[in-house]
Amino acid sequence: MLAAILVLALLGLALGLGLGLAARFLRVEGNPLVEEVTAMMPGSQCGQCGFPGCGPAAEAMVAGKAPVTCCPPGGRALAEALAAKLGVSVDLSGMVDKPPAVAFVNEALCIGCTRCFKRCPTDAIVGAAKQIHAVVADACTGCEQCVDVCPTACLEMRPIRPTLDTWYWSRPTPGYC
Amino acid sequence: MRLFSIRGGIHPDPCKQATEGLATVSLPLPGRLYIPLQQHIGAPANPIIKIGQRVLKGQRLADSQGHISAPVHAPTSGKIKKIANYPALHPSGLTVRTILLEADGRDEAVDPTPCADPLALAPGEIARRVGEAGVVGMGGATFPSAVKLNLGNRYRLQRLVINGAECEPYLTCDDRLMQEQPAEVIDGIRIMMHALGVGEALVAIEQNKPRAIRRLREAAGIDPRVRILPVPTRYPMGSEKHLVQALTGRETPARGLTADLGVVVHNPATARAVSQAVRHGRPLIERIVTVTGGAIAQPHNLQAPIGAPIQALIDHCGGFTEAPARLLNGGPMMGQAIPDLGAPVVKGSNGVLALSRAEVQGRAQSPCIRCARCVQACPCGLLPLEMAARARKGDLDGAARYGLLDCISCGSCAYVCPAHIPLVQWFSYARGELTARQRKQHKQEEIKRLAAARGERMERQQREKREALARRKAAAGTPTVETAEEAAP
Repeated sequence: MLAAILVLALLGLALGLGLGLAARFLRVEGNPLVEEVTAMMPGSQCGQCGFPGCGPAAEAMVAGKAPVTCCPPGGRALAEALAAKLGVSVDLSGMVDKPPAVAFVNEALCIGCTRCFKRCPTDAIVGAAKQIHAVVADACTGCEQCVDVCPTACLEMRPIRPTLDTWYWSRPTPGYC
Repeated sequence: MRLFSIRGGIHPDPCKQATEGLATVSLPLPGRLYIPLQQHIGAPANPIIKIGQRVLKGQRLADSQGHISAPVHAPTSGKIKKIANYPALHPSGLTVRTILLEADGRDEAVDPTPCADPLALAPGEIARRVGEAGVVGMGGATFPSAVKLNLGNRYRLQRLVINGAECEPYLTCDDRLMQEQPAEVIDGIRIMMHALGVGEALVAIEQNKPRAIRRLREAAGIDPRVRILPVPTRYPMGSEKHLVQALTGRETPARGLTADLGVVVHNPATARAVSQAVRHGRPLIERIVTVTGGAIAQPHNLQAPIGAPIQALIDHCGGFTEAPARLLNGGPMMGQAIPDLGAPVVKGSNGVLALSRAEVQGRAQSPCIRCARCVQACPCGLLPLEMAARARKGDLDGAARYGLLDCISCGSCAYVCPAHIPLVQWFSYARGELTARQRKQHKQEEIKRLAAARGERMERQQREKREALARRKAAAGTPTVETAEEAAP
């Protein structure tokens, strides 16, 4: 009887101590889901969702304060992946991906003010003060931040046209209802 | 030799009678030749000529770029007019960088560098000469042949298979080539065997080409290493993986190469181009194209220079008898639409097919009734109905799990489908969409890396600025003030 009480008491103490220590040293910082969702996001901190960056947007989506469709660069594919991750059902039929576009510098108007490339989140604009700037299309996310800051309105978004390498057959349309 | 069976397949009407008995005709040289820089799988060729420069027949116009690429050569002598974007022989109707050559009609050639005894050359040297001559797979896949002739370095190869099946209906260009130039084909085969270091070559020809079989047997003579094998007439016997299975009984691993089974497959026209390139030093500047179909007045096989506009080929065959219901590059099963008659003949063009309204079935599609005829017809053992259902719902990963990436787009399923569902288009669309997503994913990862690098740089600049400021302060201030400050708190 006494031995059993003793064993259980000791066990309780030891486990309690263990739990206490674990709570202190193995404490989870924040919601792990937020980190996972942040990792899925494009990560260019473009701010098109209305949040200051991908991290805050992920927090809001996990908390249910923002729809999973709020990220334009991620598009439909990201919305699908996020809906699966967060276990929410979402109607994607109305979601049309914005056709991909990249920034383009009109060289006749560029004055080399460097404002756009200071703003670019992915360093996709190259140039120097009083030199004409240019966009590295492969690195451009199409976030349009540079378009807003340009004082001469020389930046415009141009759609990415399919090439022989990227073209593919369109979706067939069924001829019946 | 014992042959093995392949699963599925179909027996479409061969429709080859219009051209299989007619001798190949040379196309008169067109005044302008449009030579695309990309006529092969891999990187486009890099032009090395100047605008206005006079070039000779066989002169190299563009160099290969990178490991998987091929150079292009001038099909005749003339003047380089332009390097610009012209319509490509591609269903998209997009343009491709093209060299425009204006022929001067003199057809003067550069001095070739022939080789009297190619079999005395080192295998690597043969592959190099084949690469220099711009030879690519002429069955339609246009993979640079030199890369395939070097496979002996990485795989243990036992045999070379020559794919003379030509299972696509209507097309007879390989059949005619084997009938008319059997000696050159056999010579190319011997050179390729030497380059690959294999001791056996099997030439597989469908049984419906008895003349080609006979002519090649005569040309091969008593050489026991080259065997001509008639194979059953069944579509898609000419798919290289299925042909190898019919010959060896072994299946190529999913997304693997036939080289994994010790087999390299080449086309008879490629064999002839190899013979021309190595023995005579002539680059690949012309090919045989079947121009046929119910809407063509006089169907023929034409020996056409690379770069000749499709319109010139059709004109030489008497033009159209009626407006074609379908105009295809290739055969009716796997051919792709030609959006522009100004598009040129390229190294991979094997046929120009103009189908009349009577030859096209225009019946409307209806919903899938799950009859599973497509499953019986699929030579790859896939479930086309399931893949199409998933592609339709947008579940591309699901379609991929059902083997979307193992589909060879042969069209057997769509051929037998009683509901006339465009299954191949569904699969092409789904595959394209999957690749586009992967490309997007890749770009996003790259962008994440760039954004992180920028963040790091910004932080470093801030830190350096702070440190510089602190140093300036330290240098400007007198030591007494500093000690006083330190003492103050």
